[in-house]
Amino acid sequence: MATKVYGGIAVEVDDEGFLKKATEWTPEVAKAIAVEVGIPALTDKHWKVLEFARQDTASSGQSPGPRRIVASAGVSMKELYELFPKGPGKLVARVAGVPKPKACL
Amino acid sequence: MKHLLILGAGTAGTMVANRMVRKLSLEEWDVTVVDPDTTHLYQPGLLFLPFGNHEESELVRARGTTLDDRVRWVQRPVLEIDGQARSVQLEGGDRLPFDLLVIASGSRIRPDLTEGLLGDAWQRSVFDFYTLDGAVKLRDALAKFRGGRVVINLVELPIKCPVAPLEFAFLADEFFKRRGIRDDVELTYVTPLDGAFTKPIASKRLGHLLQEKSVKVETEFAVGSVTDHEIVSFDERRVPFDLLVTIPTHSGAAFVERSGLGNELAFVPTDKHSLAAKGLENVFVVGDATDVPASKAGSVAHFEAETLIENLERAASGRELVSTFDGHANCFVETGNGKALLIDFNYDVEPLPGKYPLPGLGPFSLLEESKLNHQGKLAFRWIYWNGLLPGKPIPVPAQMSLAGKEQPAP
Ligand SMILES: Cc1cc2nc3c(=O)[nH]c(=O)nc-3n(C[C@H](O)[C@H](O)[C@H](O)COP(=O)(O)OP(=O)(O)OC[C@H]3O[C@@H](n4cnc5c(N)ncnc54)[C@H](O)[C@@H]3O)c2cc1C
Repeated sequence: MATKVYGGIAVEVDDEGFLKKATEWTPEVAKAIAVEVGIPALTDKHWKVLEFARQDTASSGQSPGPRRIVASAGVSMKELYELFPKGPGKLVARVAGVPKPKACL
Repeated sequence: MKHLLILGAGTAGTMVANRMVRKLSLEEWDVTVVDPDTTHLYQPGLLFLPFGNHEESELVRARGTTLDDRVRWVQRPVLEIDGQARSVQLEGGDRLPFDLLVIASGSRIRPDLTEGLLGDAWQRSVFDFYTLDGAVKLRDALAKFRGGRVVINLVELPIKCPVAPLEFAFLADEFFKRRGIRDDVELTYVTPLDGAFTKPIASKRLGHLLQEKSVKVETEFAVGSVTDHEIVSFDERRVPFDLLVTIPTHSGAAFVERSGLGNELAFVPTDKHSLAAKGLENVFVVGDATDVPASKAGSVAHFEAETLIENLERAASGRELVSTFDGHANCFVETGNGKALLIDFNYDVEPLPGKYPLPGLGPFSLLEESKLNHQGKLAFRWIYWNGLLPGKPIPVPAQMSLAGKEQPAP
């Protein structure tokens, strides 16, 4: 476990850079993580996805996968891949400050 | 008379029905399962069938023989649940009333949800092995295969038995070696995740297996469409194939969706510790049909059943529910050449190395290949028919234990 500074705020992260505590997340932290993962600026669409991911994780107890995001956050799968290139499930979780979507092994 | 109604008589429904007739007073309660299918399929056998290691007849039994005589079996499909009226509508019109309801209708593959997957190449050069029909056709195709690119693609999570696609890759390596054509076959494992193994300790200990078996891995690949010779990701990457083994998207039963009870893939929102359906009284969910963040596996259904049975008894007598299910799963993972690994984990603890079930003694090794683990996997079929389904006590605790596991230094 380690501490990293994002947007001037010190947060605890795991080995893969995911926030350990969703409560340490702020929009400033999100912007700085986004830059680190190659998204230079967060647009309204990004924010819609991120807000959905945070809300959904809080209410359901698990980070949403791409299909769930597309079903509820008002973006298409193609758009989601443009907004969060390569691995949207993982990138959304990282920038939204929620746990990495799980597989068992 | 009061009615306990169980929708689906697969692994979970059968086990629960057979145990509940011994728990409830049958003067007061009747126990009914609804399932249209006349046979019970041992699904773990589908992994081996494509390689010619099982006959179809070894994997199926007449459903009637798996159910206790005191369980009533209604052989019809469920059409819709009416939670308000506490009744279930069957296809063809009849209604069954319930006092307690268990949704145990499992998960099914949905190749129709991926563009082009059910095209001309379906069951010619594109196969699944998650259905008996698919596994048999894949066996015939593999027997004739002379060489080329074999792609194993996991479309999206969740799927049942999430390790099965990787096991398939390992067994395919062995199969082609045995046939003397391994050098003519390129094996590629394509996953939407960021690695074949995603948990830190497992990837450290098991990453070498893929290299040893020359399985190429393509990661973070989310399939947008499939043609007769390549799979194409949403971000326009392409992987060509001569033979595609697809593990399609899974969803819950159509009646779950029709009843307005499911999430985006018709899995039922379920309390992950008590197995009560969220927002519905006297309705429970077990096995693959739930949305809980545990693996969709028979072993999980078995551990869930312990909590569920306790809660059905409690609900029957108006007592408070327990929240004891911890997400426990244990799975043998075939690695080929007569060896397997074993993993044991829950909601909070990732798979760790060690011994199972007896600390220090095993006999099974966690996160490590052994011949004994493979024997364990094969023995499971006997245990399934003769122990698990009839509801006999199985000597492994329902909750995960850290005893015998090596924990990483903090
Ligand atoms: C290839 C493969 C390998 C696997 N390997 C393993 C393994 O090694 N270890 C392990 O633990 N698990 C393994 N599994 C997973 C395991 O088989 C499932 O997780 C388990 O069977 C789930 O039990 P279930 O009762 O929830 O669903 P199922 O056993 O699938 O039962 C669902 C039942 O619901 C019925 N149903 C569906 N729709 C309706 C309807 N409308 N009306 C009435 N009834 C309906 C179906 O007919 C079916 O009988 C494997 C699965 C596959 C496919």
